[in-house]
Amino acid sequence: MTDKAVPSGPTRRALYEARIRRRSALIATLSTALVLAAIIILVPMAPGWEAVKKSFFNGPVLAKTFPGLLNAFLMDVAIFAWCAPLIAVLALVIALCRDVRAPALFPLRLFGALYTDIFRGLPVVLVIYLIGFGVPGLGLPRPWNSPYIWGSLALILIYSAYVAEVIRSGIESIHQSQRAASASLGMSDADTMRFVILPQALRNVVPSNMNLFIALQKDVALLSFIGPVEIFRQAGVYKSLMANFTPYVGAAVIFLALTIPATRYADYLMARQRRRRG
Amino acid sequence: MSFLSLRSVTKSFAENQVCKGIDLEVEKGQMVCLIGASGSGKSTLLRCINLLEPIDEGAILLEGTDIAEPGLDPRPVRERIGIVFQSYNLFPHMSAMENVMLAPRRVHRKTRAQLKAPVEALFARFGLAERMHHYPDQLSGGQQQRVAIIRALAMQPQIMLFDEITSALDPELVGEVLDVLRQLHAEGMTMILATHEMGFARELADKVCFLDAGRILEEGPPEQLFAAPQQERTRAFLSRIL
Amino acid sequence: MKPTALALSALAGLLPATALLAQDAASCAAGKTLEEGVLTVATGNPAYYPWVIDNAPESGQGYEAAVAYAIAAAMGFDGDHVTWTRTSFDEAIQPGPKDFDINMQQFSITPERQEMVDFSAPYYSSAMAVLTTQAVVDAGAEATLDSLKDLVWGAAAGTTAAPVLEQTIAPAKSPMLYGDNADVTAAMQANQIDAALFDLPTALYLAAVMLENGVVLGQFPAEQAEDPDQFGALMEKGSALKPCVDMAIAAIAEDGTLAGIEAEWLQDATGVPVVQ
Repeated sequence: MTDKAVPSGPTRRALYEARIRRRSALIATLSTALVLAAIIILVPMAPGWEAVKKSFFNGPVLAKTFPGLLNAFLMDVAIFAWCAPLIAVLALVIALCRDVRAPALFPLRLFGALYTDIFRGLPVVLVIYLIGFGVPGLGLPRPWNSPYIWGSLALILIYSAYVAEVIRSGIESIHQSQRAASASLGMSDADTMRFVILPQALRNVVPSNMNLFIALQKDVALLSFIGPVEIFRQAGVYKSLMANFTPYVGAAVIFLALTIPATRYADYLMARQRRRRG
Repeated sequence: MSFLSLRSVTKSFAENQVCKGIDLEVEKGQMVCLIGASGSGKSTLLRCINLLEPIDEGAILLEGTDIAEPGLDPRPVRERIGIVFQSYNLFPHMSAMENVMLAPRRVHRKTRAQLKAPVEALFARFGLAERMHHYPDQLSGGQQQRVAIIRALAMQPQIMLFDEITSALDPELVGEVLDVLRQLHAEGMTMILATHEMGFARELADKVCFLDAGRILEEGPPEQLFAAPQQERTRAFLSRIL
Repeated sequence: MKPTALALSALAGLLPATALLAQDAASCAAGKTLEEGVLTVATGNPAYYPWVIDNAPESGQGYEAAVAYAIAAAMGFDGDHVTWTRTSFDEAIQPGPKDFDINMQQFSITPERQEMVDFSAPYYSSAMAVLTTQAVVDAGAEATLDSLKDLVWGAAAGTTAAPVLEQTIAPAKSPMLYGDNADVTAAMQANQIDAALFDLPTALYLAAVMLENGVVLGQFPAEQAEDPDQFGALMEKGSALKPCVDMAIAAIAEDGTLAGIEAEWLQDATGVPVVQ
């Protein structure tokens, strides 16, 4: 075999692999079709299916409520849009606080640690109630007592604690040799952080932060507890009016339309990063 | 007075004493090679000279001034002493050009425009003109190590330290890096190398020091140290490695 | 007799004599309850004043608790044969078997809801009322539609108040909606909303007990509403018990029991001005 000249067509190995690939594809298709068929045939055979269908997958109810849900979803997107950049900035500040080494700045470090411990330890809803009703209750005049302001602040405080931890782990993941290389060139600690460590750290944590921001997009709905009528609340109103859960399914579909592509993209980024490192 | 002079430098990591009183004289324009087994203290000694590691006892005199005095700001000293690491340590998020320009921009407050010509000249001098805008992961190990050398040179140091800079390279890439050192030596750069390249040390070094367990056991011109080592341990080391 | 009870008795009047009704209702329920011989009634968790006093429906204290025992009695269940359970609204409407025979927690009867569940004949017709604070009144709010339009509004999301708000008042700013009554009053206390819409008995209770300086500014009487807010007992869709419950309610409306319960538990609201 080794004596032969290089064959012009596909090699034996390539032919074998192509055959295996075809077989795997066939098996995957068949098994997927089987599972789908089982779901499509068996679930409607359940005795309560008609009731469930009417209550959760009700076409007329969906058609009637979907435009309203979509409209309410704009509120979610808006809240997300003003929270996300503020979270990014605050998280970066907190993460840097936790990295300061100068003894005079120890209070900053302590503050950073306390901040992340406290806000990661609290349920989001509790903080939204506490800040969203509590702070305005102190007697702030309008418009400074708006639930949009204080509810958003609650989200920003909590999420920046999580994002700060992710950024910090990114900073710590940069090998010590990078700091050494920068220091050996006479660079200050601040410049080393700004030009050498942070750009790499932030790039490394993009996928993890994507996941956090996807979670944020969902948690925006919790602001409805203190008044804003966003998609979750709007769905609840429809549900209550029609005694039907289909509007929730509609809201879920709208959420998924946004979060599935975002999650996929985050996964893609994560995979690309692994390939690069590997 | 030598250009660089180490006086009984000691350095410990926790209980482990890595440098046990090292004396070393380096004259201007000399190439000094540190040889010895892994863990003999070569790397640590170089990192101490660059002040990346603070020393415990002793003194490091650069042109007569003790740079290792506790409490002294290490940054001005590091500008004068370049170091190149075994693992290159390029900044992976920057092109070769940006890697080289960063420190002059931030430390010497020069603009990109001011730096363009001299930096391009450096790249050209070491045969990397074509690779200036590549990122580290697009460069071979040998090219990366040459960029790292250029990066250190761009700060116009008075002395260069090389920490086993060819040890991580594939054998066929070692030559191009050693050529750079040869060139630098010819131009009169003062250099200290920690190295396993005995042939290179023998050919070019002005002085070879054999380190063993944190001490300079034996030193001398290469022809003397390689041909007629005085110490039993030097002989044993050389016979293992040659 | 109150207009509410009047309307109900008119409805009952279409049917034969009262005594006969009660008798029919009594025999009707046999074999149709979850547990034979026992009527299982669901209420909210918690159940609120004045519908249930002290969250203890077993005492029969409070409007809905009392009505539940009256309905049960008319169907032939004495007080010992009524058991209570608690559900949320969502549990009440979820598909599948229910763990109650009837569910009473101020559920408004709407045609959309009737697609999914059954309601008894109404046992109460509620006026809608404007709950606000003295500060808002001092600032010039009046019981006129024009004045109300400019307030910042809130309501409890799960109630019919939300759509009624849009239909009858159509506020200039989009209203805030909250999960429960406590959150609505918290928002009002935080000055985030000026006014909220509730059924009148709830509004009176919140103004008197829950809200500092609470005021019921005006009401939209049920008999004047195009589409009055009527409370019915909720049952599983297609419940066999529904005719029996309807008969029982007709009976207690006819013999004055319902009016008596209303007089006992629901505050006299004649002092609340009608919104012009």
